[in-house]
Amino acid sequence: MNLWLIPIFPLLGSAINGVFGRRLPKQVVNLVAVGSVLLSFLWVLKTLSAAWPLESAVKESYFTWIQSGNLQIGCDLMVDRLTAVMLLVVTGVGALIHIYAIGYMAHEGGYYRFFSYLNLFMFFMLVLVLGANFLLLFVGWEGVGLCSYLLIGFYFLEKFAGDAGKKAFIVNRIGDFGFSLAMFLIFVNFGTLDFGRVFTSAKSMTPEAGVGVITVICLLLMVGAAGKSAQLPLYVWLPDAMAGPTPVSALIHAATMVTAGVYMVTRSAALFHLAPVAMNVVAIIGLATAFFAATIGLVQNDIKKVYAYSTVSQLGYMFLGCGAGAFSAGIFHVMTHAFFKALLFLGAGSVIHACAGEQDLRYMGGLRKYTPITMITLLCASVAIAGVPPFSGFFSKDEILAAAYEHAPWMYWVGVFTAGMTAFYVFRAFFLAFAGQYRGPNPHAAGHGHGDDHGHGHGKPHESPLVMTVPLMILAIGSLAGGFINIPKWLEPMYPLAEGPENHMLVYISVAAGLIGIAIAFFLYVVKPSLAESLASALSGPYKLLYNKYFVDEVYDATIVHPLEEGSRTVLWRGVDAGVIDGTVNGVGARARGMGNVLRLLQGGNIGGYAAWVVLGSLLVILYVGLGVGR
Amino acid sequence: MPLANFIPTADDYLRYLPEIILTVVGVVIMFLEAVGGERRKPALGWLAGAGLLAAIWGSVVALGVGGTGFQNMVIVDGFATFFRILVLVIGLLTIVSSTQYLDREKANAGEFHALLLFSIAGQCVMASANELIMVFIGLEISSIASYILAGYLRDDRRNNESALKYFLLGSFATAFLLYGVAWVYGLTGSTNLAEVRRVLMTPESAPNLVLMGTAAALMFVGFAFKVSAAPFQVWAPDVYQGAPAPVSAFMSTGPKAAAFAVFLRVFITAFGPIATRWEPFVWGSAIATMIVGNFAALTQTNIKRLLAYSSIAHAGYVLVAVTAHSEIGTAAAMFYLAAYAFMQIGAFAVVTWFSRQGEKFVNVDDLAGLGERQPMVAAMLTIFLLSLIGVPLTGGFFGKFYIFRAALDSNLVWLTVIGLLNSAVAAYYYLRLIVVMYMKEPGAATENIGPVSAGLRVAILGSALATLVLGIFPSLVLDFAGRSAALVK
Amino acid sequence: MPELPLPTSVPLSWYLLLSAILFALGIAGFLYRRNIITVFMSIELMLNAVNLSFVTFSYKLKQVDGHIFSFFVMVVAAAEAAVGLAIILTVFKNRRTLEVDEIDSMKY
Repeated sequence: MNLWLIPIFPLLGSAINGVFGRRLPKQVVNLVAVGSVLLSFLWVLKTLSAAWPLESAVKESYFTWIQSGNLQIGCDLMVDRLTAVMLLVVTGVGALIHIYAIGYMAHEGGYYRFFSYLNLFMFFMLVLVLGANFLLLFVGWEGVGLCSYLLIGFYFLEKFAGDAGKKAFIVNRIGDFGFSLAMFLIFVNFGTLDFGRVFTSAKSMTPEAGVGVITVICLLLMVGAAGKSAQLPLYVWLPDAMAGPTPVSALIHAATMVTAGVYMVTRSAALFHLAPVAMNVVAIIGLATAFFAATIGLVQNDIKKVYAYSTVSQLGYMFLGCGAGAFSAGIFHVMTHAFFKALLFLGAGSVIHACAGEQDLRYMGGLRKYTPITMITLLCASVAIAGVPPFSGFFSKDEILAAAYEHAPWMYWVGVFTAGMTAFYVFRAFFLAFAGQYRGPNPHAAGHGHGDDHGHGHGKPHESPLVMTVPLMILAIGSLAGGFINIPKWLEPMYPLAEGPENHMLVYISVAAGLIGIAIAFFLYVVKPSLAESLASALSGPYKLLYNKYFVDEVYDATIVHPLEEGSRTVLWRGVDAGVIDGTVNGVGARARGMGNVLRLLQGGNIGGYAAWVVLGSLLVILYVGLGVGR
Repeated sequence: MPLANFIPTADDYLRYLPEIILTVVGVVIMFLEAVGGERRKPALGWLAGAGLLAAIWGSVVALGVGGTGFQNMVIVDGFATFFRILVLVIGLLTIVSSTQYLDREKANAGEFHALLLFSIAGQCVMASANELIMVFIGLEISSIASYILAGYLRDDRRNNESALKYFLLGSFATAFLLYGVAWVYGLTGSTNLAEVRRVLMTPESAPNLVLMGTAAALMFVGFAFKVSAAPFQVWAPDVYQGAPAPVSAFMSTGPKAAAFAVFLRVFITAFGPIATRWEPFVWGSAIATMIVGNFAALTQTNIKRLLAYSSIAHAGYVLVAVTAHSEIGTAAAMFYLAAYAFMQIGAFAVVTWFSRQGEKFVNVDDLAGLGERQPMVAAMLTIFLLSLIGVPLTGGFFGKFYIFRAALDSNLVWLTVIGLLNSAVAAYYYLRLIVVMYMKEPGAATENIGPVSAGLRVAILGSALATLVLGIFPSLVLDFAGRSAALVK
Repeated sequence: MPELPLPTSVPLSWYLLLSAILFALGIAGFLYRRNIITVFMSIELMLNAVNLSFVTFSYKLKQVDGHIFSFFVMVVAAAEAAVGLAIILTVFKNRRTLEVDEIDSMKY
């Protein structure tokens, strides 16, 4: 079926734009960038229709990639029902975002470079989804990380963007470390990295056999997933990642890459089933992240930050679903989330575009007059994420919450409370942007925003061009109607649904929570705007805590980053070399001249000191190897 | 023994073809330099390159008549051929990457090439040595030539210092090695690797273990020094920082690869029977080497010095493979040394070009804005750095992958964990270079930067290509390494 | 090889001991001495100590190999001396000093 064509189109697009882009006219760059993604979308459709209804996985082996000893890893791609969902989301939403980016990036420098990176990202993402073994998944995993790093730092002239890129990369390394360790353990235990064979032998395992190791593997996988999908405690990079251009935030940091962790956990469901402890950990991390990020989202003023924390929070929901055993619900939420969160970000981009680069909600307001299409589409996304029936978010969140109730009722209650907060902050942003009066600067002195500096000073806020609004509309349709695509049913052969009577009460409660959230937002920001201010000042303590994101960044800085840097500087460089050696030499040498003559030779930089090292080292070797000391 | 046994056969000479070619061409270059005029100088570089290519051909011919030669003094097998070709390719890359440097510094080209060929000849001797005295002689041929290369610009203070440190400390460490050889000879009555092994395996003739272990320890000192393993790594940063950039590239790859070749062969073949004594020490040394290299590199501001510390760290990874002491461990070490050679030479080639006359610009911050001003070179350097980090799709990734897999196969779990942690630390300082290149305001150092000469371009592109090929199709090299590794036991 | 009359008065181990002492003296000289030339001579001392060992072992094993090895070592040492003295000379030309401790512009 030539699965390899799916990722190869964007790769070619990336290569063409990367190599020749500088000399090509903009239209050609656009055509190559969007065309390649559309081609792979069409190829996905063709592949799926050919393999319909995809009862079993289709696997294609191209060549043996690595062979050494008993390790054999093929370059194999595979499509099953899970992959199909991810493929459609990635290429479909990806294509829309590419189209949108044409309009959004029209005035930016390095246009071709941007699209080259974006296409490269698509390539790696598709490899990640299509790969039929852990190593190929890991290749895609690292690749998307790299592209995300490049794209976050796209506005590289701004220090903030560079720092954000670096932060994303470093935090992700921690996750990747867990993931690679998990891979080694999988290989050691199963003797292969191939999905099919690992999961088949996992299924035949009795719960007692090797459960300890499986639990460790699953926990390490979760470390990897937490890095990529921005879960506690590794979520810190995602909000900063919003320094990148908005289409990047939509594509990578909302719709696709950050869901890779959920995909990976779902893919490894067979392992997680053997490790109830790990499942519980996943559920708790997911729930905690959902709650924690939602509280931060309540008070943010940067529109992209609000949506960023919302993404972290929604990703938490997905992990809650997976941890509660409802993997298909997690993937369902991945899909609906891709629609409404991509729409939220693209809508935010359109708003930012309209306000000439302004991202602060306090300087927006009243935009309903200027940007009607954006407003309507954003409303669609907001009701979808708030879980209002019958829109998409309602269905997927409901599945997750129901599973959470089965798992542990208290998780359900926390989840419901979080859902209420979600509805509140999304509508808070919505009302701040569109309701009331325009609070922005004098139209003739359009200011510059920060981060996503998009300022090309022009008069009043204005609606975005069609190339941007059409993708918004399509995504709006997806957000409204996406819930009717019954993903859990589609995935049932792979992830059986839990038996049990449906508890309607649970549904009503969660819907009510959402509606209450919306109502409070409406009351505070439309009916009585002054109340919000006084509430914030009355509760200034908690407000400050939330506004500063619980000072997590500062805590990490003080406890981990700073000591590490200092440690390497003082202890190893200054300390060991200069301090211990020079110190010993100078200190002792001054007192005991005879002894000092020997020790003085241990100075950094001079030959005698180095020779002393050699002699000391040889004494050590002789003691150890020769005389066998320590054995 | 009849006298006829001592007369070498034709096959013996064929087995030594690469060394013979290199020596002859080296001597011819020295001669031509003396008699030829200034005009002919550039031709000497071509001649040296042709000599290296001929030697590569010679290595293949030698493998065709593989076996031991010259009374068991040398052995030509896959292992020897792998390292011969590796050091020859390193030599080729060094020659092309030094053209611009030699022009720029108005240095004497003929001597440089001749010395390079002699040094490589020494490394080929090491690769095919089957006997401890040959090991010593190869090591010295290689070292003496590189002592001179390290101080190639006679009037440059840093070059002088580098050469002096390398020379004094290098000879010092070699004396330990030689003393070890003497004791091995005295205890076993032979310097032939297989014979030493046989004596150690036979219980009735086995020598005193303490003395034998001491002899092995003394030899370890010599090898560890050459591969810059802790605690014998102290010389490397100074020497690499001070030497001419192309020479640093050469010294941190060629001699290191050859030293690892003899290290592996001597310790696995000859001292294999007493492995329980040396393995724990190599284990500790691997950890210390990785930690010292990576952590000291974190705060370096000089790129050459940073690459020197990183080269120490990479020696640590290879030591992990040595500790594994298995067939796949040896294969992993071979693969890693090849992958490492390309990324290290590539990175140094960029530094060679960037540093300008007198190596004025060697600070990390000087790279600021290179991504904008010279996107192509910056992209190449990024590939090398990513490979040094060990990011997938580069040779460095598979190098680390095979090494840690070999370590796990030998149940070295802690070593693997420490190694992985170390490579995470390493990502930080390599990444800093990338960040400076792409995300800092272009500074004065990237202004008016001259073009990359044709030779350097070949070196950079060739290394980048090799890095990627090894990263995408590792089996090309690994298969050969795997088959050759089986021969060393 | 014809049987050689072993000198009975001096045991072989004494030669080895002497060799070890000379080697250690070389190390000490390298560590203690400040003048580069003297440092270099210490290395020569170490190499010659090894030669003594080689010859002793060769004598004990009744082989000729060890004697030949010592010649190899001498040749190598001569080559090393040629190169080493040249390097020392350039250092002296540039810095006007032969104090080994003063050659430390690169460190840490």
